[in-house]
Amino acid sequence: MKILVTVKEVATVEDEFEIEGTEIASQYLGADLNEWDDYAVEEAVQLQENGIADEVVTVTIGPEDCEQTIRQALAKGADRAIRVWDDALEGVDLLDVNAKTEILSAVVEAEEPDLVLTGVQAGDDSFGATGVSLAEEIGAQWGAVVNHLEHDLEDGVASVRRELEGGVEELTEIDLPAVLTIQTGINEPRYASLRGIRQAQRKELDVQALADIGVDEGTIESELELTEMYEPESESDVTVWEGSADETAAELGELLREKGVAQ
Amino acid sequence: MTDVLAVTDHRRGDLRDVSYEIITAGRELADETGGNLHLAVISGTVDEFADDLNREGVDAIHTVDHGEEFNHDVYTQAISQLYDELAPQYVVAPNSVNGLDYAPAVANELDLPIVTDTIGLETDGETLLATREMYGGKVETTNELEGAAVVTIRSAEWPKAEGTGDASIEAFDAEIDEDAIGSTVTGFEEVGGGDVDISEADVLVSVGRGIEEEDNIPLIEDLAEALDATVSSSRPIVDNGWLPKNRQVGQSGKVVTPDVYIAIGISGAVQHVAGMKGSDTIVAINTDPNAPIMDIADYAIHDDLFDVVPALTEEFQ
Repeated sequence: MKILVTVKEVATVEDEFEIEGTEIASQYLGADLNEWDDYAVEEAVQLQENGIADEVVTVTIGPEDCEQTIRQALAKGADRAIRVWDDALEGVDLLDVNAKTEILSAVVEAEEPDLVLTGVQAGDDSFGATGVSLAEEIGAQWGAVVNHLEHDLEDGVASVRRELEGGVEELTEIDLPAVLTIQTGINEPRYASLRGIRQAQRKELDVQALADIGVDEGTIESELELTEMYEPESESDVTVWEGSADETAAELGELLREKGVAQ
Repeated sequence: MTDVLAVTDHRRGDLRDVSYEIITAGRELADETGGNLHLAVISGTVDEFADDLNREGVDAIHTVDHGEEFNHDVYTQAISQLYDELAPQYVVAPNSVNGLDYAPAVANELDLPIVTDTIGLETDGETLLATREMYGGKVETTNELEGAAVVTIRSAEWPKAEGTGDASIEAFDAEIDEDAIGSTVTGFEEVGGGDVDISEADVLVSVGRGIEEEDNIPLIEDLAEALDATVSSSRPIVDNGWLPKNRQVGQSGKVVTPDVYIAIGISGAVQHVAGMKGSDTIVAINTDPNAPIMDIADYAIHDDLFDVVPALTEEFQ
C-alpha cells in the first residue's frame, strides 16, 4: 500500500508584529512544518513500520525556500518528496482551496496512492477544507478530523474515529482509497534522529512545475482575494496587575480570598 | 436577488446551537438584496427539527428524510440537488466537524469557491466580503469573491434566531445514490470520562503550552492542591499525553463555567475560549500581553508563569 501525505510549510508569527498591506512584515515571520501535517506524517510512517504501507510519499505546494521544512518529514521516515511550484504561483497572496485541489489531484493521479493523509488544517490560514475537497475531486472516500486509525486496514476498509465537538467521537468505517484529515493527538510525532536527518539529505525530492503534472495555469487562478489584513480590535477590559511576581501573586491571592474560593 | 441555502446541524437526536445561528447569518445575507432564506434539514427526525427551526426570518425549510445520523455522502448529494433546484447565491454551512466533512465536497462538486470559518459576512448580491482570522486569531482578514460560493460560519459568532416563523415546510425528494456511499457510522463514544469532572469545579487551574515540558506539570498540580482547586488544560497538553483527556477544556473537550478560571500559559485559541468563556472570573497569566486570552480575561499578569505560580502556591500553603 502506498500513502501520500500532503505537507505544508506554515508561517509562524512573533508576539509583536507589523502588517504591510495584506501580509505580516517578513521580519516577524518564521517557518515550520504545519503541526497537523506532522501528525499525518507520523501516522503514515507508523503504518509503514507496521508493515501496512510499502511507501510513504509527501507532496507539498511551495517555493524552494520550504525544502528545509519538507526534509523534516523525510528525516522522520517518509521515503521521498514531491514539491510543486511554478512561476505562475509566485506572488499569489492566497492559494484557494480549488487551486490546491487542482494541483494535488494531478499529483494523486500520477502517484495513485491507496491512502492520502492530510492535516485537518494549516496553522496559518486554517481553511480546513483541502483534504475533503481533494477526495471529492479524485472520487475517493474521505473522513475529516480523524483522531484514531486502526492499523490493520483489512479488506480495504479504514476504521477511524472522528473527533466531534464536546468530547464525543464518531466511529466510522471508510472504504479505501480514501483521504483522511488527521487531527493532532492521534499519535506522538517523533523527533527526527541524527541518522534520519542525514539520510533525508539523500532522499529524492522531486520538483514539478504545473506543466509537468498537466495542470493548466489558467485553472489555478484563485477566486478568493485577500483584500485586507488588520489586527482585531481588542474588546479587552482586562485589569492588569503590575509588579514583581510576589506582588502580582499577592493581588491574585487577594482576589481569590475576596471571591471566597480560597483561604 | 440573493437567495441563501443554509444547512442545519444535528447530532444524536438534537439540533446543535449553530443551526439557529446559521438562520441569523443566512437571513443577514439574504436581506442585503431582499432574497429568500432556505433551510436544509437532512437526516434524523426531520419534521420535528423543521418545526423547531421555523423561526423568524426563514422563508422555506426543505427536509430530506434519509437515515438517522450524519453521513457526508448523503449530505453532499442532497445539498447539491437542492442547489440545482433552488439556485441560491450562497450555500451556508456550519464550520463544525461535520460541516467540514461535507462543505468542501459540495463546493468542489458544484465547482464553487469555498471560504471557511467566517466570523463576518457582507454582500451586495454579487461580491461577498468574508471576514476570517489567520495565524490563530492574531490577525483578521477580508476575503473577497465574486458570484456564488459555499461559506462556513464559526459557531457562536451570530446570535441565535428566535421567535416563530411562517416558513413553508416541504419534503425534498432527494435521489440518494446508495452505491456512492462509502462510509458508515457504526457508533459514538463519549471520551474524557473518569474520576474527575472539571465542569463541576468551582476553581480551575488551567495549564497550556506555556508550561513547556511535562516535568513542569507538578508546578500546576501543587498550586491546585494549595488552592483546593482542580487542574484542567488546553488541547496541546492532552495531545502530548501530559494530562488525560478528561482535563481538556474547549470545543472538543469540556465546556466549563467555574467561579474562577486561572489560565496559565494559555494563549486562548478560539477552540479553547469556546469552552471557558462562560466562567465568572477569568485570570490569565501569560508573558504575551497580546495573547487572545487577554480579550476575555478579567484580570491578567503579564509575567513568567515560572515566577508567578510558585509565588502564588507559597501564599496558600
